[in-house]
Amino acid sequence: MSAHSHAHDDHHGDGGAGHGTFNSYMIGFILSVILTAIPFWLVMDGVLDSKIATALWIMGLGVVQIIVHMVYFLHMNTKSEGGWNMLALIFTLVIVAIAIAGSMWVMYHLNTNMMPQMDHDMIKSFG
Amino acid sequence: MFSNPDLLHFIFGRLSLDSLPFHEPILVVTFAAVVLGGIAVLGGITYFRLWGYLWKEWITSIDHKKIGIMYIILALIMLLRGFSDAIMMRAQQAMAFGGSEGFLPPDHYDQIFTAHGVIMIFFVAMPLVTGLMNFVVPLQIGARDVAFPFLNNFSFWMTTSGAVLIMVSLFVGEFAKTGWLAYPPLSDIVYSPGVGVDYYIWALQIAGVGTLLSGVNLVVTIVKMRAPGMSMMKMPVFTWTALCTNVLIVAAFPVLTAVLVLLGLDRYADTNFFTNDLGGNAMMYINLIWIWGHPEVYILILPAFGVFSEVVSTFSRKRLFGYSSMVYATVVITILSYIVWLHHFFTMGSGASVNAFFGIATMIISIPTGAKIFNWMFTMYKGRISFDVPMLWTIGFMLTFVIGGMTGVMLAVPPADFVLHNSLFLIAHFHNVIIGGVVFGMFAGIVYWFPKAFGFKLDPFWGKMSFWLWLVGFYFAFMPLYVLGLMGITRRMSQFDDPSLQIWFVIAAFGALLIAGGIGSFILSIVVAVIKRDKLRDETGDPWGDGRTLEWSTSSPPPAYNFAFTPVVHDLDAWADMKKRGYVRPTEGFLDIHMPKNTGAGFILAALSLVLGFALVWHIWWLVIASFIALVVGAIAHTFNYDRDYHIPASEVVETEDERTALLAKQQA
Repeated sequence: MSAHSHAHDDHHGDGGAGHGTFNSYMIGFILSVILTAIPFWLVMDGVLDSKIATALWIMGLGVVQIIVHMVYFLHMNTKSEGGWNMLALIFTLVIVAIAIAGSMWVMYHLNTNMMPQMDHDMIKSFG
Repeated sequence: MFSNPDLLHFIFGRLSLDSLPFHEPILVVTFAAVVLGGIAVLGGITYFRLWGYLWKEWITSIDHKKIGIMYIILALIMLLRGFSDAIMMRAQQAMAFGGSEGFLPPDHYDQIFTAHGVIMIFFVAMPLVTGLMNFVVPLQIGARDVAFPFLNNFSFWMTTSGAVLIMVSLFVGEFAKTGWLAYPPLSDIVYSPGVGVDYYIWALQIAGVGTLLSGVNLVVTIVKMRAPGMSMMKMPVFTWTALCTNVLIVAAFPVLTAVLVLLGLDRYADTNFFTNDLGGNAMMYINLIWIWGHPEVYILILPAFGVFSEVVSTFSRKRLFGYSSMVYATVVITILSYIVWLHHFFTMGSGASVNAFFGIATMIISIPTGAKIFNWMFTMYKGRISFDVPMLWTIGFMLTFVIGGMTGVMLAVPPADFVLHNSLFLIAHFHNVIIGGVVFGMFAGIVYWFPKAFGFKLDPFWGKMSFWLWLVGFYFAFMPLYVLGLMGITRRMSQFDDPSLQIWFVIAAFGALLIAGGIGSFILSIVVAVIKRDKLRDETGDPWGDGRTLEWSTSSPPPAYNFAFTPVVHDLDAWADMKKRGYVRPTEGFLDIHMPKNTGAGFILAALSLVLGFALVWHIWWLVIASFIALVVGAIAHTFNYDRDYHIPASEVVETEDERTALLAKQQA
C-alpha cells in the first residue's frame, strides 16, 4: 500500500482491473475500426440527406467508440479497482452532462436574445 | 548578414530588438534590478558550491516534502511579482485624477492588471494550495510518498515553466492586455495582434499540464495509499478537502485546456470559434471558460477550509465539531460548484429563467459553507484556545470571509448583479474571499506546518505583525472599493475624472502599503526564525503540543521515508488516539525501505516545454519543431529508464531512528 508497491508495480493491477486477452483486444480493435469507418463513409458518400442527421450519427458513434475503448482497452467494469472506477465514471458522466446540457441551454438563450439574426443564418447554413 | 530580413525572420520569428521594451523606464530599471539580483544569487550559489547540492537534493528530488516546499517557494516569489503589480495599480489609481495621467501609460496599465490576475491565481494561489497538499497529504495518510513520485516532480517543473514564461514576457515583448481571462473578441488576433495573448495561452497551457497531473497524482494517492485502518470517514479533514479539490482539478482543468486550444487555433490557424463573423461566437468562450473558472475558485478555497479545520481543533485542544457534516459539506460544495458558472455573466443576456436558476444555485452553495463556519465556531466553544499565529489567521478568516460571503450572495441576485457587474464592488468581493479565505488559509497552513517541514517554528512576533498588517491592510484596501462599486465605478480604469472619488483610492492605496508591510513581516518571520532556530527548535515532532493527525507522529523534519513503520489507524484523529492509548514508538525491528529514486527527467522535459512555449509565442517555427521532437523523444526515452528505485538499508533506518530516540529521551529527562 505504501511506497513499497508503486515503483515497479505499474504492470500488475493490484487486484484492480483485469487484463485483456488477445481475443478481447482484437474484438476491441475491429469494433473501433468499424466505428471509425462508418462516419467517414457517412460523410464521403453523402449517405444521409440531412447534415444535422449526419452530425448526430457521428456523435452517437463517437459515444459508442468511447464505451468500446473503456471496456476493451481500459478493462473497466463495475467492480474494477473496488468500485472506484465506476464511481469516477458516474461522476464524469454527471459533470459532462451538466457541462453539455447547461452550455446548450445557456447558449440557446444567448443566441435567441442577443443574436436574433444569427438564428436564421445558422439554420440556413446547416440546411 | 543582417541585411537579409527573410533569414532573420526565419531564425527569430517575430522576435527582434524592438521587442525589448527600452522605451519603458520602469521596465528598464526593473530589468537592471533583476539582472543584478540574479547575478548575486547565481554568484552566491557558485561561491558556496551549492549547484551540486541543489541539483541532487532539490531539483531532481521526487520526495513529496521537498516538492511541496519548492511549490511554496515558487508561490512566494510570484507573490512578490503579483503584489508589485497590485501596488503599481493602487498608486496609479490614487494619482490619476483631474487630468493627471498617473505614471503608467494605459497600454502598460492594461498589461499590469492582466498579469496581476493571472499570476495571483495561477502562480501564487495554485502553487500554495498544491504545495501544501503535496507536503501534508502523504504524511496525514501515513504514506511514504505520493502514488507517482516522478510525475510529481514533473508537475512542479511544468508549473514553474509556465511561471518563467510569464516572467519572460515582462522583458521580452509584452503581456496580454485583455484581463485575466482573455475574453474574445478582444483576445482574437484581429484586436490583439501582439505576442501578449500568446504568452498568456502558452504559459497557462504548460502550467496546466502540471496542475492536471498533480491532481491525478494526489487523487490516486488519497484513494490508494492510506494507512491500514484509515477508512474514508477516518481521513483527516484536510485530506478530505484535498481529495475534493483534486477531483475538481481533474474534472475542470481539461475544460480550460480545450478552451485555450480553441482560442489558440483562432489565433494561429485562422479558425473562427470565437470570432465575430463566419459563425464564430465569443459568448461560447465566456460560457466555457467559466465552466472551468467557477470550480477553480473552489479548488482554491477547499484546501483553505481544510487548513482551518485542522488549526481550529489543534488550538482549541478539542476534536473538530461535526466531522461528518464537514465532510458532507465539502462534497456538496464540490458538486454544486459545477452548476453555478453562469453567475459570472448574468448580464450577457440569457434571460430570466436561466439567470434565476443559476442565481438560486449560487445562493444554495452558501448553505454548506455557512455550516462549516458554525462547525468551526462550535469547535472553539468551550475550548482552551491558544492564540498562536495559525489561530489568529483562522479567526481573521472567519470574520473576513463571512463579509465576503454575504457580498457574494448579494451578487448572486441577478437584478443586483446588473448594477454591480464589473464594478469595483465585484473586485472588492472576490479579493475579500480570496485574501480573506485562500491567502489567510495558506498563511495559517504555512505557519502551522513550517515546524514539521524544517524542525523549528516561525518567529511568532513577526508572524503576529504579518497577520495584523494583512488584516488591517485588507480592510483599508478593499472596503473603499465596495463603496466605490456601489457608486458605480467600474474595474480596470487607469484614469478618473471625478475628483471626489480620489480620497477612496488614496485610502485603498494606504491599505496596499499596510499589506506590503504584512508581506515584509512574513518574510522577516522566516528570516528571524532561521537566525533564532535553536530557540524555536522542535525536537518532539509535535510542536503545538496537541497535534491530532499522523504527520505529528513522526519527527520534524520527517525522514525521507516519513514513517519507519506504516502506522495502523483505529480512529479519526489517529495521532490523538495513539497518544491517548499510550502508544509506544517502536525502537527496533527496522527493515529495508523501498523508495523511488531521484531523476532529472522532469526538469529537462519541463525546460524543453518552456523552449517550445517561447518558440510558439514568437513564431520561431524551426525551434517549435526541434523542441517538440526533443520533448517527445525525451518523454519516450525516460520510459526506458528502469533504474527507478532503491532501498534505504535497515542500518540507515536504525541510525536515523536511534537519533530520534535519543532526542526524545533528552526531552523527557
